[in-house]
Amino acid sequence: MGAGHAHVLYRESASPVHRLPPEVKIVAMVVFTLAVVATPRTAFWAFGAYALLVAAVAALARVGPGWLLSRALIELPFVLFAVALPFLGAGERVELLGLRLSEDGLYGAWNIVAKGTLGVLASLLLAATTTTRDLIVGLDRLRCPQILTQIATFMLRYLDVLVGEARRMRVARVSRGDDPRFLWQLRGFAAGVGALFLRAFERGERVYLAMLSRGYSGRMPAVWQGAGAATAGQWLVAATVPVLAAGVAATAVLLT
Amino acid sequence: MIGVVQPTPPSLDVRGVRYAYPDGHVALHGVDLTVPRGERVALLGPNGAGKTTLVLHLNGILTPTEGSVRVGGLAVSQDRATLAEVRRRVGIVFQDPDDQLFLPTVAEDVAFGPANLGLRGAELAARVDEALAAVGMGEHRDRAPHHLSFGQRRRVAVATVLAMHPEILVLDEPSSNLDPAARRELAEILRGLPVTLLMVTHDLPYALELCERSVILDAGRIVADAPTRDLLTDTDLLTRHRLELPYGFTPTPR
Amino acid sequence: METLAMHISNGIIDGPVAAVFAAVALVAMTFCVLRGRSDLDDRLAPMAGLVAAFIFAVQMLNFPIFTAGVSGHLLGGALAAMLVGPWVGALCVAVVLVVQALVFGDGGVAMLGLNITNMAVLGTAAAYLLIALLLRVLPRTPTGLGVTAFVSALFSVVVAAMGFVGQYWLGGTTDLGGNLGGLAGTMAGVHLLIGVGEGLITATTVVTVAKVRPDLVYALRALKPAAPAPVPAVGGVR
Repeated sequence: MGAGHAHVLYRESASPVHRLPPEVKIVAMVVFTLAVVATPRTAFWAFGAYALLVAAVAALARVGPGWLLSRALIELPFVLFAVALPFLGAGERVELLGLRLSEDGLYGAWNIVAKGTLGVLASLLLAATTTTRDLIVGLDRLRCPQILTQIATFMLRYLDVLVGEARRMRVARVSRGDDPRFLWQLRGFAAGVGALFLRAFERGERVYLAMLSRGYSGRMPAVWQGAGAATAGQWLVAATVPVLAAGVAATAVLLT
Repeated sequence: MIGVVQPTPPSLDVRGVRYAYPDGHVALHGVDLTVPRGERVALLGPNGAGKTTLVLHLNGILTPTEGSVRVGGLAVSQDRATLAEVRRRVGIVFQDPDDQLFLPTVAEDVAFGPANLGLRGAELAARVDEALAAVGMGEHRDRAPHHLSFGQRRRVAVATVLAMHPEILVLDEPSSNLDPAARRELAEILRGLPVTLLMVTHDLPYALELCERSVILDAGRIVADAPTRDLLTDTDLLTRHRLELPYGFTPTPR
Repeated sequence: METLAMHISNGIIDGPVAAVFAAVALVAMTFCVLRGRSDLDDRLAPMAGLVAAFIFAVQMLNFPIFTAGVSGHLLGGALAAMLVGPWVGALCVAVVLVVQALVFGDGGVAMLGLNITNMAVLGTAAAYLLIALLLRVLPRTPTGLGVTAFVSALFSVVVAAMGFVGQYWLGGTTDLGGNLGGLAGTMAGVHLLIGVGEGLITATTVVTVAKVRPDLVYALRALKPAAPAPVPAVGGVR
């Protein structure tokens, strides 16, 4: 995770998706996800349509399927939960591969896996085509309160520093034979976290001093923000995907 | 008014500044220091001498327990408008460029200071370009600061302050952590800047290279104020204040 | 399995319940923005960013609880409440969740309201109520502070987990029938263990910070209104 210009998920490219203003992409992504979640779980064809939409956007953004699928592993814990559902679920049982499974649980598992995966893929596409800095600019243009965008700006600025420090401290700890595998060994980890926090705090304070020295008065100045806000045309272009998704969702709701 | 020439006030005039931290530790015991406009002065001293504490007084981040600080004739006070003007006039480049640079791109970071001064649009962009050109970083304006080399980041840090058109540029350990080439490049840039300069350092050869005059601060007091070459050839003085020339470096007295 | 309460994924809770909690989260966040503004003096803003970055970073570093399987990470609500206060603290956790949902797909976007309600609102609120109570009762010593941090962190994790159980009861997409009690039990058990880890880390962090820079601990500041305004960056610059 990097601050500003790029982060680990960002894929440098000049594709049409990359060039869209961030606020447009955020709204499109959120609406698409809402449409997916609102779809009845038995409308299997609808999920196929959503997958096609995701694939189309990915192709347009020049993001490969291998990259997308390997990054989507983040939702593995939810898949595990989904696997448990057919055993835990109530109601009618069905015979499958010699196991007596809850039918409702099976649908539930499908529901979680399908909706979860589509949601993860959509946000991965947003991440792959938008820098974190643009993301904040986008949130700002969507009237997100300044207090939040400001916290987010500082947060992203510090992630790199913190992760780097944490990694160095971990290497140093492990090099001295620490293996925090059991609860009672967490002390070393916890003490390290305390030190990490102090380091970060003092760094933050120095940054704040440097900012004060350049006339900071508690409010971030409105520095120019890259390209201008989205045009009506760009909104229209980006609207195609969520509108199609909403159409699919509406049809699915009507049919089931 | 014949015969009365209005002299330009010195860029920096520190008089009898005493400072005690809230815990009672006295960091400065009455410091006097005047830096005339256009001069380059090195502030030398061992670790813990009070150098950074003094620097934080120059733009009103710390307020002296006793004494006063004037910047270009303007007395530093805690009044909001004065403070804003003082912070424009005193440009502090902190030791770690990562503390100074915090915005996603070089250009935005350089724009931060002048934007705080109220500049916008084309005027702001012109300031940014000018400051980046002065440190030779113009072509990196749209890059992320953390993707630059350390030397480049320090140059950008200098630019962030130059963009505010300071009366005096204060550099805290400008040569620390630089490789020899970056060190030389920075020296060339600093020598070419038409500003008053106060350089806090314990890098004695760098002080000799850039500053005609040096002052030594030790235990919260100014203990010497003379041409840099004279100070560096006074071995006794240097030893007394925990300053050492690097091995093999011997400045020749004039 | 612990990850469930941390970041609810799309499709686990049904749409209407998610929408209700999105509204709940929105109202709570608006309130925090309004209250947080007065807390967020110009010094606290970068600090709040740091707390958020810290929570973000530590959430990415999972720590194993047993040799096998289960792992957990900090929620950070108690830590944030301790260090930057309840309002700004809740905002910090919320910012972390929003960024994680938008760019990492960690926790579904449609479930953001649920996640913010559990972790940012419930977690932080539970922690702060306990902190305010315990700091009045316990002795003003590092041990007292440590115990306060530990207990409030532990409590906040379990409360956040129960938030999930409650939401699942309201709108779980799969009817667990009589097993909801089982889910609650499992969640409570697992999160008690995670809470112990969270408690240890929160306590150590807060005690470390309080020893070196007591002026930075909001919970201590709030109780001692007579404390002089701290000079910025005294530590490490003299």
